[in-house]
Amino acid sequence: MSEAIPTGKHFVHGDWACAEGAIAAGCGYFAAYPITPATEISEHIASRFPQLGRRFVQFEDEIGAIASVIGASFSGMKAMTATSGPGISLMLENIGLAVMTEAPCVIVNVMRGGPSTGQPTMGAQADVMQCRWGAHGDVEIIALAPQSVQECFDLTVHAFNLSEEYRTPVFVLSDANIGHMYEKLEVPVAEEIEIVNRKKPQVFPPDYKPYEADESMVPAMACFGEGYRFYSTGLTHNEMGYPDMSVETQDKLVRRLCDKIRRNKKKITMTEETMTEDCEVLVVAYGVTARSAATAIQMARSEGINAGLLRLITLWPFPDWKIEEVAENVKGVVVAEMNYGQLVREVERSVKPTPVEFIPKLGENPSSPDEILEKIRGLAK
Amino acid sequence: MTEQIDHYLADYLRMDRLPHIWCAGCGLGIILKSYVQALYELEYDLDKVVTVSGIGCAGRASGYVNTDAFHTTHGRALPFATGISTSNPDIKPVVISGDGDLFAIGGNHLIHAARRNINMLVICSNNFNYGMTGAQYGPTTPRDMRTPTSPYGNIENPFNLVSLVSSAGATMVSRWTVYHVHQLKNSIKKGLQKNGFSFIEVLSPCTTGYGRLNKMSPTDMMRDLRDTCKIRKVHPTEANIEPGEEVIIGDFVDIEKPTYTDVLDQLTRRTTE
Repeated sequence: MSEAIPTGKHFVHGDWACAEGAIAAGCGYFAAYPITPATEISEHIASRFPQLGRRFVQFEDEIGAIASVIGASFSGMKAMTATSGPGISLMLENIGLAVMTEAPCVIVNVMRGGPSTGQPTMGAQADVMQCRWGAHGDVEIIALAPQSVQECFDLTVHAFNLSEEYRTPVFVLSDANIGHMYEKLEVPVAEEIEIVNRKKPQVFPPDYKPYEADESMVPAMACFGEGYRFYSTGLTHNEMGYPDMSVETQDKLVRRLCDKIRRNKKKITMTEETMTEDCEVLVVAYGVTARSAATAIQMARSEGINAGLLRLITLWPFPDWKIEEVAENVKGVVVAEMNYGQLVREVERSVKPTPVEFIPKLGENPSSPDEILEKIRGLAK
Repeated sequence: MTEQIDHYLADYLRMDRLPHIWCAGCGLGIILKSYVQALYELEYDLDKVVTVSGIGCAGRASGYVNTDAFHTTHGRALPFATGISTSNPDIKPVVISGDGDLFAIGGNHLIHAARRNINMLVICSNNFNYGMTGAQYGPTTPRDMRTPTSPYGNIENPFNLVSLVSSAGATMVSRWTVYHVHQLKNSIKKGLQKNGFSFIEVLSPCTTGYGRLNKMSPTDMMRDLRDTCKIRKVHPTEANIEPGEEVIIGDFVDIEKPTYTDVLDQLTRRTTE
């Protein structure tokens, strides 16, 4: 298999689909350090990239991997890394650099149980807040949560598109359950895969200001070797990219970096609604847990309870506006996630004062449909 | 609008960023000048070089050069440059950074970039301390030297940088000082033309921090470089730097082997045949 896009049906696991999604999106550089349960992404890339003339480098650690991804991104490549929670912990320094210097790149986190080494082979959804708040300083992050092997492919492609459009790192928050699960994957023909490329400068090199943005708030991106001779730094910088420690520059830069995502929240966020029109109890879930939730609302409906599901596909920026809208007339909201209380905080904030029932789940398995149903029953009373 | 300055190296520097931030007597200006002089003499295509640095005093060097340039995070210049070198083999990444950045926080990246033989030139300004944060001891500080974090004298053993980089697999390893400007410039020219991982250690005085704390004046420090450094051909393991003793400078390694991009290209040919 040496063609860039393996159009057709496949029976594969989520990590395979992530890797193929990257290839389909045009990823030309991939760097990573082996880590369970994300290693299969590297393994698949290692077998495919040489055949396609693309670059795979297995690094000495995750810090090096993400630093090289940023270097590759500024060299004109679409670039990706894949890891799990402990690897993200090491990458956070340079994820901040990618945010600050506006390097488009994709970071796949195949989540496993933590803290620390935790449960390497077992799934979790416990890095949701790490992803959002891990880097120091004020940052906005885009994160997508696939619930299936198909979405591992689709959302990896989409993650590249968002990263190119907004010049920012984009997370794919998969987990060990989806990463290692085999399902049907249908890869479309190349022409049907939407590809977004970064905006290039339209001015002559002497007039180029690498961090000057128009109303989109996203600056046009020159790359190394194109003759623009730009300078970029992780220090607070002005429109020329030069270090500038003034209060005004810090204020202007940080606001733009955050607002380019905040102000496009409605455009970026994706959710999926199932039977929410008439629902009295709303279930909010994402990733693998949403599969249990989908069954749970069907079970509730067969008992005569009008339950609905709002599945979050985009976790960051948080689709609070959508939750507010959908939960407006419900008696209560059930949140199920594989952690001890993370995204539920955002849901509570969004639906206040509507009661929220939380189902924490620690260790490998998502909540069962029965567990979710029980909470739905409680709120429907 | 900045004033146009008529100087033969004006096109090689970001004149709107000068004067630089470095202290009087610091060697980094000489290193920067040697680098741009080497580019000038080689008539090197400035669009085919990316100047990359880490954090610290030396880290600011990338901001003054009129090439594509990137100021990365602390210690991460080499993996960043690896991303460039493997993505675009037409570009020569040149890393200018300090001994603390490259050998303490970035030490792991350094040995692995040398092991892979990434095509890049690393110019390491070795000032024997962490200058930017106030002259604390680091991985190159000789024994017994006083710094704010070794107020009773340094109790740790320093790295011999040329020995370390040689054993990690670098294809060019040299040591010069900011006193030996012609040799330094020629070494940078050689490194720019070398296809492989090239490393130049440049001994450089930190006058404000390290020098003052150890009662060495800026002139003492420059005179020491002249008087104690001897150009000799020895095995890199014999080139330790001990206070008060002769310091061996010169070329230590100059070999040829396939670069990482050569090997990646071979792999692509092998898998597509």
